[in-house]
Amino acid sequence: MKASWIGAALILGATAAHAQQTVNMPIVIELSGAGAVSGTNFRDGALMAIDEVNAKGGILGRKIVAPVTDTQSNPGISRAQVQKAIDSDPYVILGPVFSGSVKVNMVLAQQAEIPQFTGAEAAEITQMGNDYIFRTSFGQQVSMPKMANFIRDGIKAKSIAFLWVNNDFGKGGRDAFFKEMASRNIKVVADVSTESGQVDFAADIVKLKAANADAIFLYTNEEESARVLREARKQGVKVPLIGETTLIGQKVIDLAGDAANGARGHVALTADAPIPAVTAFRDKFQARFKYLPDHNGIKGYTAVYAIKYATQKIGKFDRKLLAKTMHGLTIKPEQEPGILMEATWDAKGDIDRISFLAEVVDGKQKVVQVLPKLGK
Amino acid sequence: MLLWQTSQTINFAQGEFVMLPAFFVLAAMKFGGLSFPLALGVGFLVALLVLGLLFKRAVVDPMLRHGVLPLVISTLALAILMKEGVKEFYAAEAQAFPALWKTTDLTVGGAAVSSQNLVIIAVAVAAVALLQYFLGGTRTGRQMQATAQNPALARILGIPVERMILYTFLINAALVALASFLISPIYLAKFTNGETLGLVAFVAAIVGGFNQVRGAIVGGLLVGVIDNFVAAYWSSQYRAAIPLFLLIAVILWRPQGLLGRAEERTV
Repeated sequence: MKASWIGAALILGATAAHAQQTVNMPIVIELSGAGAVSGTNFRDGALMAIDEVNAKGGILGRKIVAPVTDTQSNPGISRAQVQKAIDSDPYVILGPVFSGSVKVNMVLAQQAEIPQFTGAEAAEITQMGNDYIFRTSFGQQVSMPKMANFIRDGIKAKSIAFLWVNNDFGKGGRDAFFKEMASRNIKVVADVSTESGQVDFAADIVKLKAANADAIFLYTNEEESARVLREARKQGVKVPLIGETTLIGQKVIDLAGDAANGARGHVALTADAPIPAVTAFRDKFQARFKYLPDHNGIKGYTAVYAIKYATQKIGKFDRKLLAKTMHGLTIKPEQEPGILMEATWDAKGDIDRISFLAEVVDGKQKVVQVLPKLGK
Repeated sequence: MLLWQTSQTINFAQGEFVMLPAFFVLAAMKFGGLSFPLALGVGFLVALLVLGLLFKRAVVDPMLRHGVLPLVISTLALAILMKEGVKEFYAAEAQAFPALWKTTDLTVGGAAVSSQNLVIIAVAVAAVALLQYFLGGTRTGRQMQATAQNPALARILGIPVERMILYTFLINAALVALASFLISPIYLAKFTNGETLGLVAFVAAIVGGFNQVRGAIVGGLLVGVIDNFVAAYWSSQYRAAIPLFLLIAVILWRPQGLLGRAEERTV
């Protein structure tokens, strides 16, 4: 009897010691459903960074453990998964990527005072007074003005046809897009909504073609973007097809094949950026996961390094202090190479860094111009 | 529909049957290192074996003796199993599927026509014509029809009923494999594809007439044209609802379908 008590005490002691040696960073992400492409990239980027950090001794001597759960691209399930993650007493939560999911689960993390690093881009996420949400890429309020300038100055379009996906990402983008077009006197001559997971875009492309616009702006998630590009190619669309990262990311190019050639637009993050650190990241990622990462891979990767840098800066694992430190923090590659590009988080958790204008040429994304940080 | 006529099998996994052969091909390319044309052949054969022979032996034969309802529920379970199986063991993400025919534009009267679409239509028409010829113009086809109309009498006349039913399942497997190879380059191969395809196929079959091949063709055309016209000229949001309204109207006013035959059964 006595021996069993001693055994139990030893096990408890060992468990406690193990917990002290690790830091819990659950990844709640889209691994199936419409967001599977984005979520898988984010997860793989984050896991790669975690393994690198752990190989070098972890954060402040603690190894990162990162249980991964699938939201199935469903906001309701994502909320349950975030609650489950919170119950495991995490230091931070990584993900999800889908804006609709983040909008319903970020309140839980906020109430538990746990910093959440998301890949979501809907504008309103950082405008709801949540001190614990941090982006890993631009919100639409940052990317759309850059996109609109490109449409006006790069494409020189006077009219544009717009196709968007009817989810929180698409609706947020639509609002920002119409505002930016109006302020530049560019007429939106077609406004076509589509559904998340839609497979047949024949009728939608007919509508866009019939609008006779100078260019077509496509704002859907990755898989739908690939189907739209294929359909546009089938129907012989000749005007420029423009989009964000979700149109000219590598995964979309892989899925769309030749149909992606000629598509262009503004990308906040790209693995094809002409920056040696990004190229090295891309090569490492491809060697490990056997596919080329898209912008979501960079989001997951840099999020881990941002957390590492900020935690080392404050010198302890303090969730509230981490959130406070992140606001107004700038991380330069010379301070933390894993951040890849200089990044600044503002008081709302929005991120600012350089971005790119790119075009798909021969099945590859080609960066044609680097745009500076907004704050410069 | 073929299965219903010959063996009273309602297959609610039909959409997943169309989804799966594309993954057989992709798996043959990825794990077997085969070229695309060779992988197509392998995928076709595996589809015949799994979706034809194995489906009949492992699911239909044991369940059908308990009545139609247990079989219907089994096919629903099979649909989930196939979907989740692909998601778990291949990928949850959409996969690019090579096109059988290069997409080039043809301009007809100012309208851009895709050669890929023309090939799909041509293959579909050829498949239906071949099927009609086989069923009506060959001895085996007529034996299959006899089996469909009255299995007991067919057996008395010396027709190998079991073999005829097996042929039906194999033909069904061949047709779904063909559909899969044609549709996947456009829709991309994804484990959820069956949900959309299965629903549309059922609506089309019921609208056109569940017991007539030409009924299913007319139903398919009608649903496809209405779906696209609604989306292009009225509302993208309600595109999926309109065919269902059509379905309700047909069930209310012409339950046998537009070209179907009214059937009576002894209960």
